[in-house]
Amino acid sequence: MKEKEPKFHIETKHIEKNYPGRSVLKDINLSIKKGEFVAIVGKSGCGKSTLLRLLAGLETPSKGQLIMDQRPLAELNSEARMMFQDGRLLPWKKVIDNVSLGLTKEGKARAKKALQLVGLEDRIADWPAKLSGGQKQRVALARALVHEPSLLLLDEPLGALDALTRLEMQALIEDLWQQKKFTAILVTHDVEEAVAIADRVIVIENGYISLNQSIDLPRPRQRTSTPFSMYLDQILDRIMGRTQQKKITLLRSYPNTTKV
Amino acid sequence: MKFSTKNLSEKLIPWLVPIMLLVGWQLLSVVGIIPSRILPAPTQVFQAAIDLSSTGELMDHVSISLGRALIGFLIGGVIGFAFGLFNGIFRFAELFFDTSIQMLRNIPHLALIPLVILWFGIDETSKIFLVALGVMFPVYINTYHGIKSVDKGLIEMGKAYGLKGKALFFHVILPGAMSSILVGVRFSLGVMWLTLIVAETISAHSGIGYMAMNAREFMQMDVIVLSIVLYALFGKLSDVIAKLFERKLLRWNGS
Ligand SMILES: Nc1ncnc2c1ncn2[C@@H]1O[C@H](COP(=O)(O)OP(=O)(O)OP(=O)(O)O)[C@@H](O)[C@H]1O
Ligand SMILES: [Mg+2]
Repeated sequence: MKEKEPKFHIETKHIEKNYPGRSVLKDINLSIKKGEFVAIVGKSGCGKSTLLRLLAGLETPSKGQLIMDQRPLAELNSEARMMFQDGRLLPWKKVIDNVSLGLTKEGKARAKKALQLVGLEDRIADWPAKLSGGQKQRVALARALVHEPSLLLLDEPLGALDALTRLEMQALIEDLWQQKKFTAILVTHDVEEAVAIADRVIVIENGYISLNQSIDLPRPRQRTSTPFSMYLDQILDRIMGRTQQKKITLLRSYPNTTKV
Repeated sequence: MKFSTKNLSEKLIPWLVPIMLLVGWQLLSVVGIIPSRILPAPTQVFQAAIDLSSTGELMDHVSISLGRALIGFLIGGVIGFAFGLFNGIFRFAELFFDTSIQMLRNIPHLALIPLVILWFGIDETSKIFLVALGVMFPVYINTYHGIKSVDKGLIEMGKAYGLKGKALFFHVILPGAMSSILVGVRFSLGVMWLTLIVAETISAHSGIGYMAMNAREFMQMDVIVLSIVLYALFGKLSDVIAKLFERKLLRWNGS
């Protein structure tokens, strides 16, 4: 009997987060299965980074409970590694030392392997200042992966990259996720990116989850396919608060759509 | 090849003006436009240096001055650095000390000379005390601000990657504050020489400043100028050493 119960990797129960004079998250309930890829989208300032910091244990919720592996999360989440919006490499450490940050001596070899995974094994001895934006983010990804986290938190890791590099990085992240089978939570501004790589897209609005949409499309996903656009429209509508009227006109612009 | 000649000329060009001045000075002295009562010729100053070294007198004065500078710098630097660290890291230390230190900082330390002479007389302690006092504040201010202005995002990242306590300090906080700390060190080296010159000139019976004041009584222009040249050389030397440290510790920052 017990085996049939869904075992969640991480759950948030009635999470609230207030800052002095501001209530950011009001009632967040999420259950994420092991190995699932969840994308979180929402307008700037809606509390996406705040939610990730809560999941990483860098901050504590004002109310509610975080459950990690069926146990309440007390402090720093040692299972989780975060990849930050701005990379946050230490400029005074060479690439290899950035990746092996927080590891013991034997960590160097693992750091090298992680850099291989992201295709930067030849930049090991460079200062971060000498890397391009995309390379920096790949180093940050290697630094997160080297700890073999069971939960990878990605806070708009690709926000600052150009469109082509973004596509490349998205493919890399999806590929590594399929190889390593970690649970991934990706915060992004880019709804297309969310629909392209997530199993489920969550929209946060006014402190609540206003949409929780599974994406049932086979991988690798065709971004030009009709069902893909349907998902995209539906989520965009939710975020932009588009009226039903507009939605109909939008649907009309895709004459061959069938309801998913 | 082309690169190295460019490098060489870049090293030489800054010295052209001092060399030209020196040659001009020598020429004007030789033809008598500058009387040696006003300013002795470079060769005369050089001769004075040789004479004084042969008796060992010069070495004595120089090593005494260097000793004072170094000991005062170390004492003041360590105290300033320690307070900067503690007040930068621990909120309680900051609340407790910072305001008082900021108030003391506004007293020009050279104004204390009469008091210091009454306290310690005119022997070593008074000079070392003044140098230490002068050096302490720039080191303190820059260490404190350096630590306060370490990128909060990097500290959060360090914590998220399991660093805390000592590891967080040595991998993230100290390197993040280093460029500011070195600015403080460089600035305080200037303060160190200035303080020493003033203190040795006003009250001492040894050291470069004393040598100059003593020469004044006997109208030994060459020795006076020699003292000034020595201070200039040591000032330049400490600047070069500070720059070497910067280049070594801030390699990641450079080209
Ligand atoms: N430490 C803090 N103290 C006070 N307010 C904070 C703090 N951190 C975040 N906030 C506020 O919480 C709100 C949500 O911030 P958060 O960084 O989570 O937004 P976000 O959804 O990640 O935005 P973006 O997409 O622009 O990164 C903002 O209004 C922000 O001002
Ligand atoms: Mg954010």
